[in-house]
Amino acid sequence: MKNQILKYVDKGFRYDGRGLLDFRSVSVEYGVAPTAEGSARVVIGDTIVLAGVKLSIEAPYPDTPNKGNLMVNAELLPLSSPDFEPGPPGDFANEVARVVDRSIREGKTVDFEKLCITEGEKVWSVAIDVVSVNDAGNILDACALAALAALKDTKFPEVDVKGIVKYDAKTSKSLPLMAEPVLVTISFVNGKVLLDTAFDEEKDVDSRLSIACLADGSICAMQKGGVAPITSEQVLSSVNIAVEKSELLRSKL
Amino acid sequence: MTKSGEKYTKRVDGRGFKDVRPMSAKVGIVKRADGSAMFKIGDTVAYAAVYGPRELHPKFMQDPSTGVLRCSYAMMPFSGHGSRVRPGTSRRAKEISMIMANALMPVLDLKMYANSVVDVFVSLPQTDAGTRCAGICAASMALADAGFEMKDMVAAVSVGVADKTVLADINAHEDCDIGASDIPVAMLPQSGKISLLQLDGVVSKEKLSEALDLAKELCTKISEVQRNALKEKYSSGVSQ
Repeated sequence: MKNQILKYVDKGFRYDGRGLLDFRSVSVEYGVAPTAEGSARVVIGDTIVLAGVKLSIEAPYPDTPNKGNLMVNAELLPLSSPDFEPGPPGDFANEVARVVDRSIREGKTVDFEKLCITEGEKVWSVAIDVVSVNDAGNILDACALAALAALKDTKFPEVDVKGIVKYDAKTSKSLPLMAEPVLVTISFVNGKVLLDTAFDEEKDVDSRLSIACLADGSICAMQKGGVAPITSEQVLSSVNIAVEKSELLRSKL
Repeated sequence: MTKSGEKYTKRVDGRGFKDVRPMSAKVGIVKRADGSAMFKIGDTVAYAAVYGPRELHPKFMQDPSTGVLRCSYAMMPFSGHGSRVRPGTSRRAKEISMIMANALMPVLDLKMYANSVVDVFVSLPQTDAGTRCAGICAASMALADAGFEMKDMVAAVSVGVADKTVLADINAHEDCDIGASDIPVAMLPQSGKISLLQLDGVVSKEKLSEALDLAKELCTKISEVQRNALKEKYSSGVSQ
């Protein structure tokens, strides 16, 4: 199988006919889970992920008494792939959650100070859950895009006079967002660079580099995955590719 | 009487007492699975995916005389009506997983899959009560999609009793706020046999009988929706 894929890659195209840097079709749909305060479905080729945002009022962390909280969790459901098993999150699910968390946090996506209700006592807590429905490859980029889309879709719920959240009544107030970090993962196969890998390509990827790109061309998070080492030239050229391709994903939001 | 002590004379969503919420169903929603389906009833949506038969791990659970059906039920963390649902297993999810397997097993014959497991994963992105029933409906379709021989298509619905009125397909408002008795029922529509039955709340014998009659009627309707969804995928002659 690896030989087959490599044969095509050396010729500059993929087994499914795409060019090496082509994404499959990307679509974003908002408001797909009305029980969530914000939600989105991202479809990249056959890959489907959902993201939902739940808001709650909680105590702030002691070191950030005037800032809201953020939590990102990824559920790679056994429903979505024969390779995922039930039970606590595996290494990959953990990595997905951490990478998405860092791209949102480091990209200053949410104005956390505006989520403070009473300093030192009460702040809004943002919980983002990303869930895979069909893993046909490139779960990382899909999850990051879905998380961002769900944040954009989020509306605060009503809060009654006693300070209790009324989840069945949404206000028209959106989350205070300041940036849109978009994650693009570059995969290295036999010295060549691929984007948006399909799941059967991922088995043969030597290593990958996920890069969170901001609208102004800067980047706010990176993560190397896989065992094979990469050169600094590869890193820099990957950043160029990622920043350029992130525009395509951002245009789908 | 209802929880608040008032009579329940009109349903909050304007339905008749014996009406189910609007339903839709689709087969083949998870391409990597061996079989999959979505079942929507009102605002409750269930996804189901089937993997297998495949080797059962841990090995000591293998049965040399037959394959094993294993169900796994989970609400997505953002799918609940109130605050976030913590992911991972709970006692509730564990119980529902078990009774789902019991509800589906009567239509399957796994004798030829010795030492193997058929995994059915059910996950709900949004809920408004009736989740185990929607899950069973989706799972049943997913098993058919995976190509298992089945004696019948299992259909399920939750019926309720509030203020002596029997209600079809109760929603979360009726379950939690009105305090209706909740009776989830799964049926094999062709024989009318019940493969799942639970009850939460006080119900008289007469009302239970009335509720079961209604459940039977509804399961026949639900079964049509399931079958039509399967036909939609397979009558075109194109698989996946």
